[in-house]
Amino acid sequence: MSTATREFRETYGRRPSTKKSARSVNVGDWERAGSTGLGAILAVYGLKRRSLFGLLLSGVGASLVYRGVSGHCDAYEALGVNTNRPNAHAGGVRAQQGLRAECSETIRRPADRLFRFWRQLENLPRFMAHLESVAPLDERRSHWVARGPAGARLEWDAAIINEEENRLIAWQSEPGSGVSTAASVHFEPAAGHRGTVVRVSLKYDPPGGKAAARLADLFGVGLEHRLKEDMRRFKQLMEAGEIATVAGQASGPRSPLIRAIT
Amino acid sequence: MKAVCWHGAHDVRVETVPDAQILNPRDAVLKVTATAICGSDLHLYNGSIPTMEQGDILGHEFMGEVVETGSEVKNLKPGDRVVVPFAIACGECFFCQSQLWSLCDNTNPNAALLETFYGASGSALFGYSHLYGGYAGGQAEYVRVPFADVGPIKVPDHVTDEQALFLSDIFPTGYMAAERCELQPGDTVAVWGCGPIGQFAIRSARLLGAERVIAIDRIPERLEMARQGGAETLDYRDGDVPERLREMTGGMGPDACIDAVGMEAHGTTLDAMADRIKHRLYLATDRPHALREAIKSCRKGGVVSVPGVYGGWLDKLPFGAAFAKGLRFGMGQTHVHRYLRPLMERIERGEIDPSFVITHRLPLEDAPQAYDVFDHKQDDCIKVVLTPHS
Repeated sequence: MSTATREFRETYGRRPSTKKSARSVNVGDWERAGSTGLGAILAVYGLKRRSLFGLLLSGVGASLVYRGVSGHCDAYEALGVNTNRPNAHAGGVRAQQGLRAECSETIRRPADRLFRFWRQLENLPRFMAHLESVAPLDERRSHWVARGPAGARLEWDAAIINEEENRLIAWQSEPGSGVSTAASVHFEPAAGHRGTVVRVSLKYDPPGGKAAARLADLFGVGLEHRLKEDMRRFKQLMEAGEIATVAGQASGPRSPLIRAIT
Repeated sequence: MKAVCWHGAHDVRVETVPDAQILNPRDAVLKVTATAICGSDLHLYNGSIPTMEQGDILGHEFMGEVVETGSEVKNLKPGDRVVVPFAIACGECFFCQSQLWSLCDNTNPNAALLETFYGASGSALFGYSHLYGGYAGGQAEYVRVPFADVGPIKVPDHVTDEQALFLSDIFPTGYMAAERCELQPGDTVAVWGCGPIGQFAIRSARLLGAERVIAIDRIPERLEMARQGGAETLDYRDGDVPERLREMTGGMGPDACIDAVGMEAHGTTLDAMADRIKHRLYLATDRPHALREAIKSCRKGGVVSVPGVYGGWLDKLPFGAAFAKGLRFGMGQTHVHRYLRPLMERIERGEIDPSFVITHRLPLEDAPQAYDVFDHKQDDCIKVVLTPHS
């Protein structure tokens, strides 16, 4: 277990079970019924054809039946997908669920200054691209508005669950808030008086499920990439006082293709 | 405003574009009074640098008059004459504070792209592809200068535009290449490439106390300019360069070797021809013929200094020879900011007049022809200066 992972678990004060049952149920109820039905039809149809192709088809059918009856799908497991979800759950992100990303930056500023900026949660949208606003509700609780996948607007309430001055802030979404997220940021002095190492751990249960998020990762727009970009902007803001940009600068006429993709 | 825009390989156009404007508190806008075409602009012109987009404004060597400043720029005011480093640096990160300005952490909005290729991103550059930040360049009537509170240096009244302009890039670049050689009295320096960087490396090596400078090229007017700068010269077509350098240095080899050629070397030897073929067939990114010769020529324990630009993976580099001879290497983009003041002082004291390198003076409108002439090394062209408001 990496230091960051261990810290993550210590931060949230619970220890998800690391032992997974080999044949856990990861297919939802409706899907299991569909899988069994379709599998049975394929198996019978395949056997009736009395050909090599038919035999193959009935094999596929049989495995679908097995998948439906047992409720376990190896492909889902490999992809990290689970369609068998209970509807309601507690705040944060359940153990073994969601995506995790971690990122560290060394920032040439003292920890107390970085901590103070971050603890004013309404500052976060200044460098976290997907956030529209964070509004404090009281000392611990806050209301978050973000742009989700495909332009969807997401809103939720979050609460700070752990805080050590100039060292640590941890927060998570509140129960029943529609979005499942948990995060922590650690501030530690960097070696050689180089400032502060800022380490963020983020857990997020994406609305589109893990498979969609993995797909996004392939194109470099996933959680890990976005967190890295956010942290880069945080560093720029803290060190240089502004975020480097060329948006809105002069240029000659662009080709229509470039205009379409930017 | 008018600006030189890139539209594809061998296609630059002077176009009317929206005026440069302040986007961030540490920005300034300059009215450009003089701007130059750099040898490295020819890589863009030839289409060999990825992530250029149609309409990108070119140019990273420029100077001008401040017309507007952002709210955080306290050291400049409208009317100030300034020259601007080609690398954009924040002045606050670990690298800037260590005087490694061209390795700045905080100025490239597309740092993630460069990280993918190189593992880390250096500073952004003006007018040099979106890989390097996508900042609009200075071959224009006006230019936005980010981090204007740490980059530009004011030009004293008695220093002319033509004397000050090359502080933006080629003078500090040649100077840093020579400084890295850690020259001792009596040292001999060999310089591959007599383009503008090579010319400044030759003169800087002399300023820093080199006893002999040997310059290598094939183009007569460039070799002539090198001789005027105090160098002995070799035409590489006349025979084996490392062998002749050994002969000229009593069998020892030059104490320091400067590769002012970089990734698009020409040569008449077998390795240079193999490079050209591989490059044509997209089997190689760089043609490091000059670097191979520098490594082979350098004396034991000497320095190989590389101001020439490399971009990718280098084939058949004799690293075994470099190891066996205990060579030291120095390379990278120039930390222009740290040389501005000392080199401005050398200009003011009359130790060097950088305008010697200029062969062509043209209005901005003539930029397309200027690129063409410079690219083909026609008309004895070594350095072009464009004046946008003439």
